[in-house]
Amino acid sequence: MGWALALHGGAGDIPRSLPAELKEARLATLRRCLDVGTAALRAGRPAIDVVELVVRELEDCPHFNAGRGSVLTADGTVEMEACVMEGATLRCGAVAGLSTVVNAVSLARLVMDRTPHIFLAFHGAEAFARDQGVETKDPTHFITEHNIERLRQAKEANRVQIDYTQPLQAQAPTDDNSQLGTVGCVAIDAAGNLATATSTGGLVNKMAGRLGDTPMVGAGTYANALCAVSATGKGETIIRHTVARDVAALMEHRGLTLRDAAARVVGGAPRGDVGLVAVSAAGEVCMVHNTTGMFRACATEGGHAE
Amino acid sequence: MARWAITIHGGAGVDPKLPEQSQEEAKRVLARCLQIGVDALRAGSSALDVVEAVVRELETDPFFNSGRGSALTRRGTVEMEASIMDGRGRRCGAVSGVSTVKNPVSLARRVMENSPHSYLAFEGAEEFARDQGLETVDNSYFITEDNIGMLKLAKEANTILFDYRIPDTCSALAGADNHKNGMVMNGLPISIYAPETVGCAVVDSNGFCAAATSTGGLMNKMTGRIGDSPLIGSGTYACDLCAVSCTGEGEAIIRSTLARDVAAVMEYKGLALQEAVDFCVKERLDEGFAGLIAVSKTGEVAYGFNCTGMFRGCATEDGFMEVGIWE
Repeated sequence: MGWALALHGGAGDIPRSLPAELKEARLATLRRCLDVGTAALRAGRPAIDVVELVVRELEDCPHFNAGRGSVLTADGTVEMEACVMEGATLRCGAVAGLSTVVNAVSLARLVMDRTPHIFLAFHGAEAFARDQGVETKDPTHFITEHNIERLRQAKEANRVQIDYTQPLQAQAPTDDNSQLGTVGCVAIDAAGNLATATSTGGLVNKMAGRLGDTPMVGAGTYANALCAVSATGKGETIIRHTVARDVAALMEHRGLTLRDAAARVVGGAPRGDVGLVAVSAAGEVCMVHNTTGMFRACATEGGHAE
Repeated sequence: MARWAITIHGGAGVDPKLPEQSQEEAKRVLARCLQIGVDALRAGSSALDVVEAVVRELETDPFFNSGRGSALTRRGTVEMEASIMDGRGRRCGAVSGVSTVKNPVSLARRVMENSPHSYLAFEGAEEFARDQGLETVDNSYFITEDNIGMLKLAKEANTILFDYRIPDTCSALAGADNHKNGMVMNGLPISIYAPETVGCAVVDSNGFCAAATSTGGLMNKMTGRIGDSPLIGSGTYACDLCAVSCTGEGEAIIRSTLARDVAAVMEYKGLALQEAVDFCVKERLDEGFAGLIAVSKTGEVAYGFNCTGMFRGCATEDGFMEVGIWE
């Protein structure tokens, strides 16, 4: 038992040819975030605080598809979304369509803590951000060169891709040093409370206004008394499979272990579409994906770390 | 061959003192919409076509809170949302923040069928609607006198009921007792609270299920607030086994992922439709108030609610047909 933590920086068809320095930069950030998270858990911080602060770190890192470094819409803009959920109380908060908020995950938490609502989007969410005095920056702050390039390639191939999916047709030979997907973190604290948080810029070349699975409670993000889950991959698939919710449902109704429930849910989705991290009330962690790869890390109080 | 069945709702949480006249009118609208669905099913239409057609009718009629007749945001505008799900393949489409599209449920269907995505909102959704050539009108079309009046009352009530989740900041009106017996929903006294949505769940003569839900959302909501209706798994869900549409306190429905839970309990626990509905209404809603309608692939209909009433109707192939409001 004891605390446990898992985080991800996106699942997808990560090319084996991903340049070493980019891969290293991401792994280094994951390790750093893992340390930040475990330090907080050791210090007795509640799970909901921990997942928020880890995801904030991931959002601030430009190598992940969240916050700064978010992929671009078809219009070349950034529309960010995030969600947090507390397992013990089922309280949750979600935001979408953000273009100036530096840490979407923190705004999602404010929606949960300070409004009678769960989900705010676009102008309404931006207005709320200003009311709350959260840090905002000009939309250009979030846009990186890599993502401008990624958008250009996607438009040429005229597809919507999960960040770094290799082109389906052989034509576009881009050595995709593509960015990674959604980021997320799940944790159980020393008191046994579960929490999850997920944040993303969404799909490259998505239509303006497209919302994915991340802010949809039950799809990309879910936590209850049994487990906390954060998913990543192809949003449309995660939505129809209600991925995060189903892991918990299988544990509850079929008595499956976290590992088996997660494997079954991910296995039941089309290959290449889904990855997730999860922790259970018993302190188990699980990281599973049916994609080529998933940037991830986890640690438990018992000393296990990856 | 499977037997078809249809259920519809016009919202959960009804003022026990609703004037007789309004009750009759509600039942007339429900009966009319139900008949549209029944006729289509008899003619062999698919579940997906039927839920869209029926919800379009409910949106167009100003009586319920969707399309024309939608509840108003705190700014006095209308922001509508809807979702639709095809049990076959679990395809889905949803929209939020729609302000000019006459029939949001049809836009949701277009998102499902004509876009690479599942959910579009606000300007992106509006632009897509124009691309798709859907009928659009000025936002004022959706606003009714009744709702302008309701908004005013809601604003007054909200200044009294500061935050219904924090008992000691609330007035006597929002005291625990009142909330427990459903006399306060979503922070508003039941006389002002507007049941939030319309919806339809259908199984066709091929045994395929589909569901759709549409709403103007919570009266006096913050602009940009998204409720349960467009969220797949919360307000709407359909799969091989069943189709579900929910209504009531949106936040409670989201937290309990209500629509998905009905199906999950059938799928993973083997419960029959009515048992699943009862289980979810009783065990999942905690302190929240909501209702739902559902059909199963074998032609059963079911509904349940834990609040004061739910506008609803259902019909099955063997000729059974009823509309109702109360327990």
